[in-house]
Amino acid sequence: MRLTCPYCGERDRREFYYLGDAGALNRPDPEASDVEWDEYLHNRDNPAGVTRDLWYHEGGCGAWIVVTRNTLTHEVLATELASDVKGASA
Amino acid sequence: MRVAGKGQVDRKHPVSFTFDGHTVQGFAGDTVASALLANDIKLVARSFKYHRPRGVMGAGSEEASALVTVGRGAKQDPNVRATVQEIYDGLEVRSQNRWPSLDVDLLAINDLAAPFLGAGFYYKTFMWPKAFWERVYEPIIRRSAGLGALSGEHNEDLYEKAFAFCDVLVIGAGPAGLMAALTAARAGADVLLADEDSVLGGRLNGEREEIDGIPASEWAADVVDELAAMPNVRLMPRTTVTGAYDQGTYGALERVSHHLSDASGRPLECFRRIVAKRTILCAGAIERPIAFKNNDRPGIMGAAAVRTYLHRYGVAPGRAVTVFTNNDDGHRTARDLKAAGVHVTAVLDSRKDGPDGQGYPVIRGAEVCDTGGRKALESVSYRTVSGEEKLGTDCLAVSGGWNPSVHLTCHMNGRPEWREDIQSFGPVEGMVPGMTTAGACNGTFSTLGALKEGAEKAKEAVEALGFEVGFADLPSAEDAPYNMEPLWAVAGRGRAWLDFQNDVTVKDVKQAATENFRSVEHMKRYTTQGMAPDQGKNSNMGALAVLADATGRGIPETGTTTFRPPFVPVSIAAMGAGGQGIGFAPERFTTSHEASVTDGAPMVEAGLWYRPSFYPKAGETKWRQSCDREVLMVRNAVGVCDVSTLGKIDIQGPDAGALLDFVYTNTFSTLKVGKVRYGLMLREDGMVMDDGTTARLGEEHYLMTTTTAGAGPVMRHLEYVHQCLRPDLDVSMVSATEQWAQFAVAGPKSRELLAQLVDEEIDNARFPFMGCGEITVGGVSGRLFRISFSGEHAYEIAVPARYGESLYHALVEKAAALGGGAYGMEALNVLRIEKGLITHSEVHGRTTAFDIGMERMVSPKKDCIGKTMSERPGLYGDEREQLVGLKPVGAVKQLTAGAHLYEVDAEPVRENGQGYTTSVGFSPTLESFLGLAFLRNGRARHGEQVMMVDHLRGVTARCEVCDPVFFDPDGGRMRG
Repeated sequence: MRLTCPYCGERDRREFYYLGDAGALNRPDPEASDVEWDEYLHNRDNPAGVTRDLWYHEGGCGAWIVVTRNTLTHEVLATELASDVKGASA
Repeated sequence: MRVAGKGQVDRKHPVSFTFDGHTVQGFAGDTVASALLANDIKLVARSFKYHRPRGVMGAGSEEASALVTVGRGAKQDPNVRATVQEIYDGLEVRSQNRWPSLDVDLLAINDLAAPFLGAGFYYKTFMWPKAFWERVYEPIIRRSAGLGALSGEHNEDLYEKAFAFCDVLVIGAGPAGLMAALTAARAGADVLLADEDSVLGGRLNGEREEIDGIPASEWAADVVDELAAMPNVRLMPRTTVTGAYDQGTYGALERVSHHLSDASGRPLECFRRIVAKRTILCAGAIERPIAFKNNDRPGIMGAAAVRTYLHRYGVAPGRAVTVFTNNDDGHRTARDLKAAGVHVTAVLDSRKDGPDGQGYPVIRGAEVCDTGGRKALESVSYRTVSGEEKLGTDCLAVSGGWNPSVHLTCHMNGRPEWREDIQSFGPVEGMVPGMTTAGACNGTFSTLGALKEGAEKAKEAVEALGFEVGFADLPSAEDAPYNMEPLWAVAGRGRAWLDFQNDVTVKDVKQAATENFRSVEHMKRYTTQGMAPDQGKNSNMGALAVLADATGRGIPETGTTTFRPPFVPVSIAAMGAGGQGIGFAPERFTTSHEASVTDGAPMVEAGLWYRPSFYPKAGETKWRQSCDREVLMVRNAVGVCDVSTLGKIDIQGPDAGALLDFVYTNTFSTLKVGKVRYGLMLREDGMVMDDGTTARLGEEHYLMTTTTAGAGPVMRHLEYVHQCLRPDLDVSMVSATEQWAQFAVAGPKSRELLAQLVDEEIDNARFPFMGCGEITVGGVSGRLFRISFSGEHAYEIAVPARYGESLYHALVEKAAALGGGAYGMEALNVLRIEKGLITHSEVHGRTTAFDIGMERMVSPKKDCIGKTMSERPGLYGDEREQLVGLKPVGAVKQLTAGAHLYEVDAEPVRENGQGYTTSVGFSPTLESFLGLAFLRNGRARHGEQVMMVDHLRGVTARCEVCDPVFFDPDGGRMRG
């Protein structure tokens, strides 16, 4: 599997650390309800199809990357810097 | 026998090797198979289950019968295909799966018992008693049925892993592959051409035909020369592409030195990961056998394999060869043998309209119905409408048509498509993204067709990559149509083999269908057809056709089983190259490593690091003696310990303080420059993640230390928090763990020691407890932190790593003069237990700040990672197991880590568990074992007694619960 780091270009997946669903970007307010925190911390979808997750270019530049990929075809559809995605939504 | 004037082997270079101890002569360029056939050695193996005599059947990596063991002892390599192994002087080859010898194999008794050993035999026979499954049945079955054996010794052969990248990967160097590579290379693309064989050219080296008016093998050699001279082409002979994976990644096994008597330091094999922008699969096709009674005798071979032996190796596999075919290719074999002066008994053509013979008899509408000869073929019986006849012959060349090698196209879950015209499965474009197919693997069987398709597919591929392809003439070549009439199995009684390698016959497949294993996947598993090392390359189509027939379905409806990587067997040693012994994990050494080893310190692993356990002195025979001495040395004088393995993260920027406030439970933005603070870090779920000290070196400059184990995870966490949660913060960070060597200097004489080395004055004004600052040591800029993990007046001194070794030597030398010295991990552990300081033994991922008594460190004034969740019900309160100290007060004075705690009179069972010990050590300072433990509601229970029970080690000790800080509770020693 190959991932395109926005800084370093296309690299082997062995250079990356996998965290999980990109929903991790949407950290609830400290005062948010228990339900919201429970959702954020524990509940994940397991889609057959397009999914977005967070990868860390640990063996490279240290960028956190949002990877959009298809779990059925293994296509990597897009890679973006997590800071850009988070910055745009902030 | 050798045929004069034929073949590409180097007759000027004779090579001798041994087969079962007998010396065999061949020539450079021979394989084991060709050399054995040249010497009329027909019997080379025994079959898997029935121990039937077997010979060489093919000439490629799909060989189903001629498996041998190469080498001896630790270097022994079982199940090597004789058709792939090149010979060299001194090569040692042995037959396998026979006892006592290949010629007299007593286990051939299985063949007589064949009526009882059909499909499902094991499932039906070895059912009870259950206790016999593993103890009796399995060992017996394993001994009597099987392949070659490993030596059982440690393999010290060298293997390698490598990556390769290219624009265009061409798999297979036959006519299609050569033309594809040439077209792509001439356009300027970076081309990688991989082929299984030692000589590139594929079938062009095994046929007698012409391309552009010269012999095809010469044309191939010319193209290879042209490619070899181009800087943008890499040729990879002896390299099998074994699997197709995501994003244009391919696995490939290169046999680097299997063919050399002296590898001269080269690895035996190299497992490559090739990343290609475009791939052209030119894997060719595999000739299929026809099933008929006793079709497995030594001397019965593929018709194309016979041509390969003739043209490539100059070997005739028989003196009187009979051909059995359902297509025109069989006639090619007869024609070529005849031209080379080898006697052709007859061509038995199953078709009624086959072509005429060219100087050899053709019998049309003939089907082979039996063969004779035990250890070598002696006769062939065939049937026509006019009856049954028998021919004396020592070689039967069989052609049942061709199956495109579509395997790699199916590796990403694609399904091949049935093609009526070639009566086989063909690839579907797009099954593997970025891969296209050309030539025989695409069902294009003529040489001209392959050349043309190779050129066209390469043109498409490189144009898609932006290269321009000039006009090139296509060479002239043979363009015969593929005339074939399907014949899978000849009807009749007796055993007709489908899967030679696993001894699966037509009868077995029919029986599977009868017993309702009608799905192809069920049939495969019930009969084991296609599950041998050749993975059904020779048998899948035949078995499918028989199953389709038995179940009254067509072949396309019956479907195929799934082709999975690897295409050929790959040794685990190659895939895991570099992972043996010390290569299993990288080793990280501190700058004091050599000095510690020289002083006799046993080194222990701490993650990838190696750290000294203790430094034994003369007369010390037990580790405890050294440890006790080192602890007292620190308490009474001064000790030196390398703490460079702790993670160091340099954090800079206007918002550095704000980031730290968010990742730590406590506040760092208020820390004064020149000061150090202890920090506690939580995970988002409220559990403790890591702890350590962070120093403020400048207004916008912090240096964080993490635990040794936490260095990587904390670095990743900080970047995560910054990039994913707070990209608004203007801050940067970098790991500086390996850039600095850092030593703890601890003990009442620590200041006295440092004063001799540090240029600046070290006093309480400049370096108060938890102070830090820049220093110079012998002219080298460094840092000094007054922090303590021992409870003593202590410092950590840091210099750039290149000065670490000399500073360590200076520190230890000066310490010795003050009655001190180096101390190791054991003493460090006891010192911190005496002070109730935690490590990952305590913050093991299931403990909260509340549990370790640090809930007041979670600042109420700000948000931080894990704060909200740490306030969940259940994560604080009386029910939690809380950190306490334990001291033995009963007859047993020993404590052990990992033991469980119970009330004094309670039965020590799970339901009564009150907690567990995490760290223990003998304190020479307090002359007692001390333990840190988690005890339910422990902080309210100081002064109570509990029982510590270690069920595993059989230790029970009555303990008193106390505060975890056993020594100097008010901290006067470290502040003084």
